[in-house]
Amino acid sequence: MSDQTDTGTDTGPVLTADGRSLKQSLERALRREKLRALMLIAPLLIYVLVTFIAPIADMLFRSVENRIVSETLPRTVIALQDWDYESGEMPGEPVFAALAADLREAVKAKKHTRLGTRLNYELTGMSSLFRQIGRKIKRMKDDKPFREQFLKVNKKWGDPEVWGVIQTYSSPFTAGYFLNAVDLRLTPRGVEQRPESERVYIMLFKRTILLSALITFMTFLLGYPIAYLLSNLKMKTANMLMILVLLPFWTSLLVRTSAWKVLLQQQGVVNDVLVWLGLIADDHRLELINNATGTVIAMTHILLPFMILPLYSVMKTIPPSYVRAAKSLGATPFTAFRRVYFPQSIPGIGAGAILVFILAIGYYITPALVGGRSGTFISNRIAYHISVSLNWGLGAALGALLLVLVLALYALYDKIVGIDNVKLG
Amino acid sequence: MGKLPPYATLGERIWHYAFYVICALIFFFLIFPIIVIIPLSFNALPYFTFTPEMLRLDPAGYSLDHYRDFFTNSDWQKAMWNSIRIAPMATLISVSLGTLAAIGLSQSHVPFRGPIMAVLISPMIVPLIISASGMYFFYSRLGLQGTYWGVVLAHAVLGIPFVIITVTATLVGFDRSLTRAAASMGAGPVRTFFRIQMPLIMPGVISGALFAFITSFDEVVVVLFVGSVSQKTLPWQMFIGLRENISPTILALATILVTLSILLLTTLELLRRRSERLRGLSPQ
Repeated sequence: MSDQTDTGTDTGPVLTADGRSLKQSLERALRREKLRALMLIAPLLIYVLVTFIAPIADMLFRSVENRIVSETLPRTVIALQDWDYESGEMPGEPVFAALAADLREAVKAKKHTRLGTRLNYELTGMSSLFRQIGRKIKRMKDDKPFREQFLKVNKKWGDPEVWGVIQTYSSPFTAGYFLNAVDLRLTPRGVEQRPESERVYIMLFKRTILLSALITFMTFLLGYPIAYLLSNLKMKTANMLMILVLLPFWTSLLVRTSAWKVLLQQQGVVNDVLVWLGLIADDHRLELINNATGTVIAMTHILLPFMILPLYSVMKTIPPSYVRAAKSLGATPFTAFRRVYFPQSIPGIGAGAILVFILAIGYYITPALVGGRSGTFISNRIAYHISVSLNWGLGAALGALLLVLVLALYALYDKIVGIDNVKLG
Repeated sequence: MGKLPPYATLGERIWHYAFYVICALIFFFLIFPIIVIIPLSFNALPYFTFTPEMLRLDPAGYSLDHYRDFFTNSDWQKAMWNSIRIAPMATLISVSLGTLAAIGLSQSHVPFRGPIMAVLISPMIVPLIISASGMYFFYSRLGLQGTYWGVVLAHAVLGIPFVIITVTATLVGFDRSLTRAAASMGAGPVRTFFRIQMPLIMPGVISGALFAFITSFDEVVVVLFVGSVSQKTLPWQMFIGLRENISPTILALATILVTLSILLLTTLELLRRRSERLRGLSPQ
């Protein structure tokens, strides 16, 4: 086409019926097509952004948000600016007067206990300190120095630590929750490690990752032979056997978890059979549940189909003639498998492993039900902070770290498999 | 696997049969926990293992007590009706919006296709506990926490990735000359959609709908956070039952749900065959 316009007679650019140039007209059609596609997508995109993405962004914001101190004690925060924690002395009278004024308002609005709870995350004892002063603040006299009156209520008000915490957490944003989530803490002296007895999160993250890796490996170990068998059988037989893989996949997660809960009990079917076979003594029944063993067994079973399905779809495309060729060239069956078949199945392993790992690392229900103390994941701790301890900031910070981990794996998955290529069922 | 060649060595023969045994054991591991709860749900006693009477196949060892309890206990019944009210509505939302978007996404020129796809698939990837706690705070602010619509909207968004994936998969093999043919015979875009495109992508839409339905019907974490006691669904009730005092009624319900998933699976398989036949892919 283009040579014609270049070398042809002086008729100018090719025109369409309505008198525009062909190029313009095509561009317009393309733009219209793009717009139409976007119009079809827009309702769903807006829906997902509002009902899903916005809530998550909102929660992530909580992990750094810390307005409560400066909003409840605005005067104290300003008065404390000149005080130096390093001096090792308690602040002067103006700070105490500011605190008294702030507390009077806070007590009226019943906000002082919430602030106490918030600061208690950073220094134990703050909650009771604020509760106590809240009761006494009404009876304090304006004409006497506040410092003495505060110290009379509780000597702790003379402790620079208490003031140090208020000063450290007076800014509207804090890295404190994130530091908490990795077993550190922000003190007036800077960032330091938590005491040994309070370090739990690094251990929990490690456990979550290790158990997820173990579960992923187990699903690979059990899934690979099944996928191999299915991809090498006749289509009809394979489809029949596929039902055995898909039935667990389609069965309610809670049904499968309750099945394992029933089977793995000390008085359950598995222990009964082992006793009956004489493998274990009746008074030495195995503890298979409410520990990490229970979590690994149940989750391996639950996630196994997610390994088998991608493996199967990759293995189906491996031509059997390659292995035959290797064998005809003198390879033993094992060598032919190791050097020819296995490398070709690696994309399937990658896809399945990342999928299982992503799903495992965020699991909540199964560890909560069969995990006991030693088999719970980081998700269970997040749920605890959101709904029991109500330390939302810490819950959000732990969630943010987990989310970063999952999104990194998701990006990897997208790169290896492509999200468009996810297959179901 | 095929047959063993006649020249196979002894080691190869042993390995060949050993492999079948290993596979059989793995299949057993996959299916046994689901099958075993079916007879256990008919236990006459409130135990979770086979009683001597059951092993002797004595009719006295079996009963329908746990089923009776499920259908008469008001807690379970309320939970069942809540599930039945929530899941179809959530499915309807995810399927209608999801199908529309999948059609948009399968056009040949879509700007920002990658990022859009990533956002739409993300509800499947983000750990449920993160989605649930985020929704808990956000929906509380909108006054949706603890309401029927709050749970429905949350469940619908969780079902969307499945609809997108299944419908785009059917659209990949879609022959565009069919719509062009319809257009050349004078059908407008709307008519072409309903008369040509819709029937062809229907299998994908239905399997997406089944996925969305089961996602909502089986969902616990989000409903625990976004719902209140009056939205208590079956999985919620099961979760509480399993955590506190596990009652054998759960096994009766589990058996009912397994039957349901067998039905679902059969439907899906039939749909898959129909889709392949319609699209002219090789029949098996």
